[in-house]
Amino acid sequence: MSLDLFFQYLFAGITYGAIYAVVAIGFNIIYNATGIINFAQGEFVMLGGMISISLLQFMPLGYAVAAAVLITMVIGGLIEIVFIRWLESPSVLRMIIITIGISILLRESALHIWGESIRSLPYFYGNEISTFSLGSVHISPQVLWVLVACSVMVVGLNVFFKGTPLGREMRACAANRTAALLCGINTRNMVTLSFMLSAGIGALAGCVMSPITYTQYDSGSALAIKGFTVAILGGLGNSMAAVTAGILLGIIEAFSVSVVPLAFQDAIAITILLIILFVKPHGLFGSSEAARLKDF
Amino acid sequence: MSFVPYDGGSMKKGIKRCLRGCAVGCLLPMLWVQAAQAGIIKVGAIFAVTGPASFLGGPEARSAEMVVEKINKAGGINGDTIKLIIKDSAGSSEKAVSFAKQLIEEEKVVAIIGPSTSGESMAVKKIAEAGKTVLISCAAAEVIVDPVASYVFKTPQKDSFAAQKIFEEMQRLKITTIAVAAGNDGFGKAGKAQLEKMAPDFGIKVAASETYDSKATDLSALVAKLKSDGSIQAVVNWSIVPAQAIIAKNMRQVGWNVPLFQSHGFGNIKYAEAAGAAAEGIIFPCGQLLVVDSLPDTDPQKALLLQYKAEYEARYKEEASAFGGYAYDAINMVAAAIKQGGNDREKVRDAVEGLTQFPGVGGIFSFTPQDHNGLDINSFAMLTVKDGKFILYQGQ
Amino acid sequence: MKRRNVFGLTALSLLVICVHLLTAFTGTQYYLTQLTMAAYYGLVIIGLSALMGYAGQISIGHAGFFAIGGYLSAALTTRSLLLYKDTLPVRWLDALGLLRSSQDIFGGQLLTVSPWAACLCAVATAAVIALVIGIPVLKLKGHYLAMATLGFGTIIYRILLASSYFGEADGITEVPGFSLLPAMGVVGPIMVNGDSAHRVVNYYLAWGVLILGLGLLLNLIGSRIGRALRSLHGSEEAAEASGVDTARFKLQVFILSAVYAAIAGVLLTHYNGGIGPSEASVMKSVRYVALVAVGGMTNLWGTLIMGVSLTFLSLRGVFGTYDDAVFGAILIGVMLFAPEGILSLRLKQLTKGMFSGAQS
Repeated sequence: MSLDLFFQYLFAGITYGAIYAVVAIGFNIIYNATGIINFAQGEFVMLGGMISISLLQFMPLGYAVAAAVLITMVIGGLIEIVFIRWLESPSVLRMIIITIGISILLRESALHIWGESIRSLPYFYGNEISTFSLGSVHISPQVLWVLVACSVMVVGLNVFFKGTPLGREMRACAANRTAALLCGINTRNMVTLSFMLSAGIGALAGCVMSPITYTQYDSGSALAIKGFTVAILGGLGNSMAAVTAGILLGIIEAFSVSVVPLAFQDAIAITILLIILFVKPHGLFGSSEAARLKDF
Repeated sequence: MSFVPYDGGSMKKGIKRCLRGCAVGCLLPMLWVQAAQAGIIKVGAIFAVTGPASFLGGPEARSAEMVVEKINKAGGINGDTIKLIIKDSAGSSEKAVSFAKQLIEEEKVVAIIGPSTSGESMAVKKIAEAGKTVLISCAAAEVIVDPVASYVFKTPQKDSFAAQKIFEEMQRLKITTIAVAAGNDGFGKAGKAQLEKMAPDFGIKVAASETYDSKATDLSALVAKLKSDGSIQAVVNWSIVPAQAIIAKNMRQVGWNVPLFQSHGFGNIKYAEAAGAAAEGIIFPCGQLLVVDSLPDTDPQKALLLQYKAEYEARYKEEASAFGGYAYDAINMVAAAIKQGGNDREKVRDAVEGLTQFPGVGGIFSFTPQDHNGLDINSFAMLTVKDGKFILYQGQ
Repeated sequence: MKRRNVFGLTALSLLVICVHLLTAFTGTQYYLTQLTMAAYYGLVIIGLSALMGYAGQISIGHAGFFAIGGYLSAALTTRSLLLYKDTLPVRWLDALGLLRSSQDIFGGQLLTVSPWAACLCAVATAAVIALVIGIPVLKLKGHYLAMATLGFGTIIYRILLASSYFGEADGITEVPGFSLLPAMGVVGPIMVNGDSAHRVVNYYLAWGVLILGLGLLLNLIGSRIGRALRSLHGSEEAAEASGVDTARFKLQVFILSAVYAAIAGVLLTHYNGGIGPSEASVMKSVRYVALVAVGGMTNLWGTLIMGVSLTFLSLRGVFGTYDDAVFGAILIGVMLFAPEGILSLRLKQLTKGMFSGAQS
């Protein structure tokens, strides 16, 4: 393999990986606050894309993205308030199934609202064929946007969870709900907040990736599966690990193309992932001690 | 005591009256239903309105609905109204099988249009044959009508004609080595097989052949792999999913400017819009619908194409695509056959097979007992994308 | 077997006969087609219910086992071995009498594995794969287990979709029906075949298999193994401390449920005359999990009723393009108001629950 080709695969892998990572981060926020995986996360990504595309007719791109993120946050919050808030200590399996149901409902509503055709936001910078050249390797500016969004999210979330009182309250709520309640933290509000936050992050992800991947009513579930995979591979609850794992999975997928037919790409990538999981049952960067503290 | 028998009598009478009332009450609507049904001819439709093939099934269901509504508004066929029963298979063959049986045995439809995908069509082929009901498939694969089954027809143009068109253009451009990329749906599978089979006849070598996931979000790794083979002079992409716009983008992004050929699955302006600047110069075969304005007025299809485009776009506020045309043709054929054969499956089958010079969106159909597609290679024109619009390809 | 179970199974059998007589009487026998299909899906669902409800292990990859069964048996009975006629394995098969020759729709010669052998082979393969996968997968817990089973399902789906042997996106069609039992005396041969001529036989066959499967599971749950299983669902540590070999029990139930899915896959594929990749998709697996949840995870009767009835309605296309949406709504509704399954629903409790929920 020539060096050029090597780098071309590498950057392809980074493109895939950035998309997976940006979806995976959203999974981690709700997991951190509640200990559950929200299977509707992929639908937040789709909603972000769809809403911003619809709004684009009325306002410039920046405002459309911001408004889409806000609207999706409101939807995320409403979903939590309507479906989850009033449940008394629901089991994790019940929560998984409720979120699966929500994801189905959101997807089907999107089909009946926006139809089945594909849409996309325009490229934030340049157009479909403009690229940055690094030597003989080309990379689309939108990929850089996704990477920037990814880094901003990771840094922002780290600061939020470690540095702000609200973030610390959310973490306390995740670590031990009863103890957090006794410390005077309104745990219910924390859960609502985590849904809003992850919906917003999902929507932002949906906007920045829309020019690359396009948005369709059912693009959420495929992304959710990949994002879930990556969140697990990294070790649940750790955003930095999710990014690393995402890019790792992307690179595995890209390089697998050079040896096996593309049609088997997913099968190969997931097989490697399962093997990793068997060797390290709590993900690449997760620790078994931390996992034991969670109820599920 | 004398009151008792009287009372009892009245009670008995009451019950009797009640029963009689009930019986009449039950019978009346039944009679009414029967009377009303005398003038109703049922036509079944199986489309993938939701699910992974919804970009096919959606426009197909809408087009069929539109036609039936129009026919009924104009007084039906020979005084009978058509009742179109659309079943959403979500692209899964087990549902298509269940619906086909249901439509044939239970609804007693006179004909079925659809399914949308070739896998589903193959799965219900035998059922239509056993149930002696016409099936006009809207899926592309040639195996649906080859070998010919007496009750199974299809409206989309043959893959082999599309491949032939592409290869002829390649010969003109002196291209001898190509790469083939296809989506992992039924459309891509059939096209890829056809390309690989026919390439040697045109002296063309398929140097690489790959299948990608129909939900693929980025194909730059595939493009890198194909580009690394310096002998490849052109790429043919055969699919019906959004990924065909992605591959165009990825090729141009790495600065790989070999000609890109697409299949007739590209015949939806949405894909050209999605690929934007990267769509420029894509060459693909397609029915005349997309370039109807540049057809001469003498073209036998022109009036029909304009009519379909105008009606569809006025009603659904979206651009008409070749996909909806598949169902538009199918339901029009059924309507024409009902006009001749009435509500009789056998006669309708014979009438469909007897259609000649039947103008449709896909081309001019002429069925024979040996040919249940009825289109020739002239049903395809070569198109290209210029300034974000489809235009007739004039060569370079 | 407990008396209650015997009573329930008898009642179910009678109901099955009544439904047949009713359709025969009213001339609506076409309902039996979808009832037959729904029964096979019911078999998958009760198998999964044993795994989820009683062994407490989620599997979002059960469509994979269904597809292994269906696809393998379909491929073996349709893909011709004529080219490999002189190779050693094929000659062995021939010597064992496991091959049969027939004609395809083109009139060409076909040499395929005989359906009975193909079915057994398919089910056995599913069991072996369940064993091999189950050992490492069942060591995982919670979300990691969900991920691993989801991954397994995806791998199977991808392999089926990528290999031409399994027909790629088109799946396999022209799968022949076959006689499960030869004709005996007055009873004709029992054909697994979707033709309307064989409809009643296949209806009884499907429900017979389902009732048999249900009886087996009910028996299992009532036995010592069943008690061990339930202890697993409660607390795995406690079960282990009381001397229950949790790993072995989990694996056994996993294999059993895989076999149920594979049997359903085999029979339904021959009944439908084909199988497509949608049967292996992740959405299908999610649907199975959801149906188990809607029925009440530790309630085999509940999962059976909900599984069969919802599948039946869906196969008849009752909800049109809202099929998935209605399904999602039912899912959320049941999980919110009756987390123990829809059969546990009591109106009084419901209103009380809502009231207290609103209060807190």
